Amino acid sequence: MKKKFRKRTIVSKVCLTFIAVVTAALFLTPIVLTITNSFMSASEISSNYGVIFKNATSDSKTFISETVNLKFIPDMVSFSQYITTLFKSPDYLLKFWNSIILVVPIVVFQLVVAVFAAYGFTRTKGKLSAIVFFSYIILMMMPYQVTLVPNYLVLDWMKLLNTNWAIWLPGIFSPFSVYLITKYMKRIPVPLLEAARIDGASEWQVFSKICVPICKGIITSCAILVFIDYWNMVEQPLLFFTDTDKYPLSIFLSKINASEVGLAFAVATIYMVPSLLIFLYGEEQLVEGIAYQGGVKG
Amino acid sequence: MFLAPSLLGVLIFFVLPFLVVIYYSFVENPISKRFVGLTNYINVLHNSAFRTAVGNTLLFSLIAVPLAVILGMMLAFLLDAGIPMRSQLRSAFLTPLMVPIASIVLIFQVLFDYNGVVNEVIMKFGAPRIDWLKSSAGLFVIIILFLWKNLGYNMILFLSAMGNIPKDVVEVAQLDGANRFQIFWHVKLRYLSPMVLFTTILSIINSFKVFREVYLLTGEYPFGALYMLQHYMNNTFASADYQKLSTAAIYMSLVMIVIIGLMFLAENRYGKDLEEE
Repeated sequence: MKKKFRKRTIVSKVCLTFIAVVTAALFLTPIVLTITNSFMSASEISSNYGVIFKNATSDSKTFISETVNLKFIPDMVSFSQYITTLFKSPDYLLKFWNSIILVVPIVVFQLVVAVFAAYGFTRTKGKLSAIVFFSYIILMMMPYQVTLVPNYLVLDWMKLLNTNWAIWLPGIFSPFSVYLITKYMKRIPVPLLEAARIDGASEWQVFSKICVPICKGIITSCAILVFIDYWNMVEQPLLFFTDTDKYPLSIFLSKINASEVGLAFAVATIYMVPSLLIFLYGEEQLVEGIAYQGGVKG
Repeated sequence: MFLAPSLLGVLIFFVLPFLVVIYYSFVENPISKRFVGLTNYINVLHNSAFRTAVGNTLLFSLIAVPLAVILGMMLAFLLDAGIPMRSQLRSAFLTPLMVPIASIVLIFQVLFDYNGVVNEVIMKFGAPRIDWLKSSAGLFVIIILFLWKNLGYNMILFLSAMGNIPKDVVEVAQLDGANRFQIFWHVKLRYLSPMVLFTTILSIINSFKVFREVYLLTGEYPFGALYMLQHYMNNTFASADYQKLSTAAIYMSLVMIVIIGLMFLAENRYGKDLEEE
């Protein structure tokens, strides 16, 4: 009887593993395809996908097949897409630079502001502080349809629209990291901080020498989550920039798809690289950060 | 002191202008400043573009959110079933979260274009092809893209909650002769219920962001069925119709407050329920 039972578990485990592997493969397919296609030459791209991006290739003389031809492996590995993007048309690098310029300051300063605020929330007890923290949670949950309107009004009054500040400032003061870091900091045992104070540590020393180091992990998690959020941003630049030269690569990518398919895969791949690198080194932190979000009241 | 920078920023960029948004929703326009009561609220409700946008967004959320929660939970259970290569599989499910949508729309266009790969496969089976991105079928593509991006996140949330299910409770149930389904339904799901709630809220919020996917995939003027709330907001921004914009934002915030309120109510209930045992 026991043997029979074990046999069943083995069969079901094999089935489950199979399902899991197939699903995982499906999840990775679009990414892998984008990367492998970036190593095709422009002419191979247009002969493979010419039917789809017709407008793009109609005036070029390359052969366009009647059917689409999705390939995992290029006929001939070619770096021509990359060479063109990186050296011949600086436009794409410029947009990539736009993305970095927009995202990095938000990540850095949102965290700086948040670490201070989290300490503030941890230190102040009482009803008022609880109410303020609660309103931070509500604000954090509000979708763009709500928050972008007040943002826009202020930026308009400050004459900051169409400058990078329009993206930076609301991003820096966005309450997401405050919420997550506060939640973590509140779990630092109070006696630990009290002991430091009795030993003569100043408020600043308690903050910078004890609290911040303890929170290192969650700060990293936050940095990753904020980065992927803003690296993927579309709404804010679309509304706050009238000058399309300022657009980050995320928006620009959807526009070049039609006009220059021969390069688009390489540009798309280049755009993925920073976040994939972060994933490679910070997967554990990312997972911890997400898990920590669970349970709003904590 | 420590709170000051954040408080100041939140006040300046979110709270104070939101008060102005409330004010704008009650005046004829920002220049005449004539108080018009609920007129704007009634007008926006009767606006056909607004209605389409709300309807489409709602339809999308109604389909995509339950799928995101249930499939996310299923992935978590799958990884928790003691299968090999657990950490590699987890990474695979999580990778889409890191990849910007913009990088992936190209391959989705290749797949779902009228002349695309999916249609080729469909035609091989003799079925008529579908113009995925320029018909109501586009909703399906957007749902796939949404799930692809968000399932990993939900999966992690469920995995973390599953770590908190007390092992002895499960064992007692097993000894009492409960079968797998009973253990899942009566034991595990009960402990997971707060997380189901949280994941649902999070997925609802994310589903309101789906404009991004639609915009990148189909551009500024999508097929009618893909016209989302954010499209409406963008168009209203473009025409600088502040009172309409403000009113729509207030409607949206009211909806969110109701959803968040329900969540806290439910969490209080379930939380107590579990503590009593």
